[in-house]
Amino acid sequence: MCLAVPGRVLSIAEVDGTLMADVDFGGVRKAVCLQYIPDATIGEYVVVHVGFAIQRLDEESARETLANFERLGILQDEFGDGFTRAAEQAGADG
Amino acid sequence: MTAGLDFENWTCPLPLRDTPQVVMGHGGGGAMSAELVEHLFRPGYGAAGADTELGDSAVVPVGAGRIAFSTDSFVVKPMFFPGGSIGDLAVNGTVNDLAMSGATPLYLSAAFILQEGTPLAEIGRIAEAMGAAAGAAGVRLVTGDTKVVDTGSGDGVYVTTSGVGVVPDGVEIGPRRAAIGDAVLISGAIGVHGVAVMSCREGLEFGTTIASDTAPLHGLVAAMLATGADLHTLRDPTRGGVAAALNEIAHAAGIGVEVVERDLPIPAEVRDACSLLGLDPLQVANEGKLLAFVPADRADEVLAAMRAHRYGSGARRIGTCVPEHPGMVVARTALGGTRVVNLPLGEQLPRIC
Amino acid sequence: MRYLDEFSDPDLARKLLDQIHAATTRPWAMMEVCGGQTHSIIRHGIDQLLPKGVEMIHGPGCPVCVTPLEIIDKALAIAAQPGVIFCSFGDMLRVPGSSQDLFGIKSGGGDVRVVYSPLDALTIARENPDRQVVFFGIGFETTAPANAMTVYQAKRLGVPNFSLLVSHVLVPPAIAAIMESPRCRVQAFLAAGHVCSVMGTGEYPALAEKYRVPIVVTGFEPLDILEGIRRTVVQLEAGRHVLENAYPRAVRDEGNLPAKAMLEDVFEVTDRTWRGIGMIPKSGWRLSAKYRDFDAELRFAVTDIHTEESPLCRSGEVLQGLLKPHECAAFGKQCTPRNPLGATMVSSEGACAAYYAYRRLELVQIR
Repeated sequence: MCLAVPGRVLSIAEVDGTLMADVDFGGVRKAVCLQYIPDATIGEYVVVHVGFAIQRLDEESARETLANFERLGILQDEFGDGFTRAAEQAGADG
Repeated sequence: MTAGLDFENWTCPLPLRDTPQVVMGHGGGGAMSAELVEHLFRPGYGAAGADTELGDSAVVPVGAGRIAFSTDSFVVKPMFFPGGSIGDLAVNGTVNDLAMSGATPLYLSAAFILQEGTPLAEIGRIAEAMGAAAGAAGVRLVTGDTKVVDTGSGDGVYVTTSGVGVVPDGVEIGPRRAAIGDAVLISGAIGVHGVAVMSCREGLEFGTTIASDTAPLHGLVAAMLATGADLHTLRDPTRGGVAAALNEIAHAAGIGVEVVERDLPIPAEVRDACSLLGLDPLQVANEGKLLAFVPADRADEVLAAMRAHRYGSGARRIGTCVPEHPGMVVARTALGGTRVVNLPLGEQLPRIC
Repeated sequence: MRYLDEFSDPDLARKLLDQIHAATTRPWAMMEVCGGQTHSIIRHGIDQLLPKGVEMIHGPGCPVCVTPLEIIDKALAIAAQPGVIFCSFGDMLRVPGSSQDLFGIKSGGGDVRVVYSPLDALTIARENPDRQVVFFGIGFETTAPANAMTVYQAKRLGVPNFSLLVSHVLVPPAIAAIMESPRCRVQAFLAAGHVCSVMGTGEYPALAEKYRVPIVVTGFEPLDILEGIRRTVVQLEAGRHVLENAYPRAVRDEGNLPAKAMLEDVFEVTDRTWRGIGMIPKSGWRLSAKYRDFDAELRFAVTDIHTEESPLCRSGEVLQGLLKPHECAAFGKQCTPRNPLGATMVSSEGACAAYYAYRRLELVQIR
């Protein structure tokens, strides 16, 4: 249902009154309908499903998510089994 | 480029210039057929077709050794795609089938079924592609046939090529020889041909710089044989891709195959095109690559020989034959999990899900 | 920032897996709704790397799987009509109807074409004004905006020979139906990331509250899936049941407003039958009155086709997590990927097809 892929907007044009973009998927280029992200700008990343951009990609949010993954386990290494203990305690309460 | 077409000596009542398309008469075996051979196929084939026999059969010397014999039909659409055409595939495909037995390919036949209405200029281009491919592979196009059918929409050229080659004494290469412990090698990047063809298929068009990898591989095989290593199995992973080829060999030899995903050479553009369409690169066709099953202790040597050859520069080890799960191919994923690499069911179709 | 490779990093995956292992003290069963998520889990071998007690129940989030048999038969009836060009996503071509599939119609002479986007079907319609061109509009909320835009353009540009065979299904009613089932084993949901890219997250807090299940909006790359599972386990262990968004780079609470506006205009809610599950009230979309002219079901007068599912097929129970594929008597015998009886064997994301592929390995290893 959800095979949607991120791509970078290379150019934007109106075709038959519809906003279309040439989107780059890492070397592969495809025409994509931009009507649902009408304020997309050149260079921006969008999520594309069956030839339509359905959402923009928030680069800052992506970086933050990855940084969170990097940080995971650091506290545990420092403080020992903190997470497990917390989980057990919370489980006992809930 | 249709410079090879010689219009001067046409005696056809409907000169080529006025009806530049195939008509039923071209398959009739009479004057029109003969002229098609003389003024389209032979010039197109060039030097590789100089011996093309107009008699019922070509009689050729083969020397000592066992004969390898193979046939294949080619129906690809579109007929012209980035990096080549149905003509290239028709020659290289059969050359490679022979090469996978360790044979030196020698002679090819080419039988055409043409749809009425197909532009002769396109057939000329295909003939030229075949001549060039045959010349590059060092094989001769020695006999052939042409028939014309009236079905379809006038854009069909179906080619069947058969080929003979000679297998040197002492060379025994076949799927049943794959053995537990063998190293599985690939000669280079996978998924290239399939993506190139898909990129211009109607309804899927996408821009890419990927061009088909169609190539004759017998020179590469000869270089591998020259190391003296006992090559067990060779296979060119065409339709169905690496997945189909590995499954067939695992099944034939009754062994398991384990592939390491991180070691698969998949170009970024192939990966991206497959992501876009929901395809598995392991199931995408290759036309200029081979898989080799070799004893593990000779693997490095064989790889070195492959890398020194122009069609093996990207050669890598991708897996091992194992006693577990006989007949099945299992991949170790980048995350350390496993997944079964299945035999593809049928045509690979883009998915949304 | 390529947005794909970074989210497959094996070292970060290991970290996330360690966290999941560290957090799990009891067995939990969670459902990933989306077929694309199931595909990712199996493709990367994630389910084998999870703690023994964490069970992934594969949900009905595969539009191919849940398209009712009746609609497939209607599609086949339309595609078989002379002069019709029937366009579809690739996934649907092998889905079996009562007696055959679209591939069968094609080999019988029908003009069946695979397209990547519904707009391609509209282009075909404009290029062939003397033929009827039908697009098979299946999918969840993710695909609906594309189908909606296509019909909207057909109307705007005046393409009367185009029509849409609609079979859209909605995720929130499916979650409710699964939780209402008396033998339901699902304790949490990984919500479908791209469905939420379109619709936002607004429909889920109420479901989390009503059924007391954690719902974590989850993406599709390996790290996204693992993070979705991690957050779910943490909630379950803590006895919490709230909505969380683990895919913020592509999901906003409000969703995509222009898309939602278009959906509002083109579609209206309707009852839908889900193959293998049965009728779920108000769980689908059909064309609104304004666009009814483009409804292929009406244009081709196939509304009278009614079909029954195979009595052997238990895909409904599999879809709800009540039955494991290999526990079905027909599994691997009358029902295989080559000859699928029902929804879950048809698509490679379907639980039965997935089991057929990877369980073979486990069964071999047990021997």
